[in-house]
Amino acid sequence: MPNLSDLKNRIASVKSTRKITKAMQMVASAKLRRAQDAAQAGRPYAERFNAVMAGLAASVGSSDGGPKLLTGTGSDQTHLLVVMTGERGLCGGFNSNIVKLARIAAKKLLAEGKTVKVLTVGKKGRDSLKREFADMLVDHVDLKDVKRVGYDNATAIAQNVLSRFDTGEFDVAKIFFSEFGSIVNQVPTELQVIPAKFQSTIEEGTVYDYEPSEEGILADLLPRAVATQIFTALLENAASEQGARMSAMDNATRNAGEMIDKLTIKYNRSRQAKITNELIEIISGAEAL
Amino acid sequence: MADTMNFDLVSPERSLASFAATEVQIPGSEGDMTAMLNHAPILTTLRPGVLSVKAPDGLSEYVVTGGFAEVTPEGVTVIAERAMVKSDVTQEDMDGIVVGAKVALDGANEATQDAATKTHADVMALAAALGLSAA
Repeated sequence: MPNLSDLKNRIASVKSTRKITKAMQMVASAKLRRAQDAAQAGRPYAERFNAVMAGLAASVGSSDGGPKLLTGTGSDQTHLLVVMTGERGLCGGFNSNIVKLARIAAKKLLAEGKTVKVLTVGKKGRDSLKREFADMLVDHVDLKDVKRVGYDNATAIAQNVLSRFDTGEFDVAKIFFSEFGSIVNQVPTELQVIPAKFQSTIEEGTVYDYEPSEEGILADLLPRAVATQIFTALLENAASEQGARMSAMDNATRNAGEMIDKLTIKYNRSRQAKITNELIEIISGAEAL
Repeated sequence: MADTMNFDLVSPERSLASFAATEVQIPGSEGDMTAMLNHAPILTTLRPGVLSVKAPDGLSEYVVTGGFAEVTPEGVTVIAERAMVKSDVTQEDMDGIVVGAKVALDGANEATQDAATKTHADVMALAAALGLSAA
C-alpha cells in the first residue's frame, strides 16, 4: 500500500496536469473559432475559383496539347505526396491519421512499382515519416513560426511543388490533409492536385468571352489553382488540428478528474485505515496495562 | 437612380466587398474595361492595378495584384489573389508587391520572361498611380 504522502503528491500532480489540459482545451477552442472563421472566409474564393476552373477545364482540357498541369505528363510513374500535418502534438489522432493515410497510399504505390517522393509540411509528419521513407523525403516546409496561415504560405508551398513539376521531378501530385467535419470528426483526405481535377459546386451555365484566350487564362490560373487548393487544405488542417486538440484535451481533463476522484478515495481509505490501526494499537496497549 | 448590379470582391483570405454597383472599372491584363449592367459575359485575368467601383453612394477603389474577374449580365465578381482598399495601401505593402514582382522577373526563364516583365511594369505603373515609391 502506497504511503499517504506519496498519494498526496500524486493527487497534486494529477491536479496540475488537469489544470494544464484544461487550459490547453480553452486555448484550442479559442483558436478553433478563429481557424473556423478563416476557413469560412476562404470558402467563397475557393468555390468561385473552382467553378471557373471547372468550366475552363471542360472546354480546353478535352483537346490534346492542353497545359500539362491539367492533362498530366502522359505518365504516372513518379508520385509526389505532399503530407500536411501540424507542428505540434497533443491533438489526439490528428497527425497520425494523416500520416497513416499517406503511408497506406505510399505503400500501395510502391507495391505497384511506382516511384514515390514525399514532401512534408509540418514537423509532425516529417518526424513520423522520416524513418520509414527516409530516402523518399525530398523537402520539408516548416510552418513553425507561422501563427496564422496566410495565402502567402500556400503560394510558397505551391511554388515549391510547381518548380519540381517543371523540372520533371514527378508526374502526379497528391496532397494529404485533414478535412474539418466537426470538433469530434476530422476526416483525413487525399486530393490530387496535379494533374488537376476540378469539381464544381456551382452550376455553370453561361458561355463566356475570354480575355486573353481561353488557353492563356488557363495557363495563368492553373498554378494559382494549385495554390488555392493547398491554401484550402491548410485552412482545413488548421481548423482540424484545433478541433482535435480541443476534444483530446477535453478527454484528458475528464480522465484527470476521474483519476483524482479515485486517488482521493484511496487516500481517504488509507488515512482511515491508518487511524484505525493506530487506535487498535493504543487500545490494545491500554488493555495490556 | 441608375440600375445596379452585384459587385463581389473576394481574396483567398476573406471576402472583401459585396454590394450593389453601377459601374466597375477592371484592370484587365489586356487593358482596362468598364463593366455595367447587362454586360456580355466575359472572363478576364487581371494585372496589378486599381479597381474602381462606382456605387449609388459613392466611389470605392481597391488595389488588386492579379487574379481574374468574371463579368455576367447581372454582376461582376473579382477574384483577386491579393486585394486591399486603396486608401489602406501603405508604402510597406507596396514594397512587398514590388519585391515580389522583381523576384519573379529575376527568376524568369524564357517562357515566363514576357509575363514577368509586363507584371513588373504594371507594378511600377501602379506605384506611380498611388504616389508611392517603387524602389
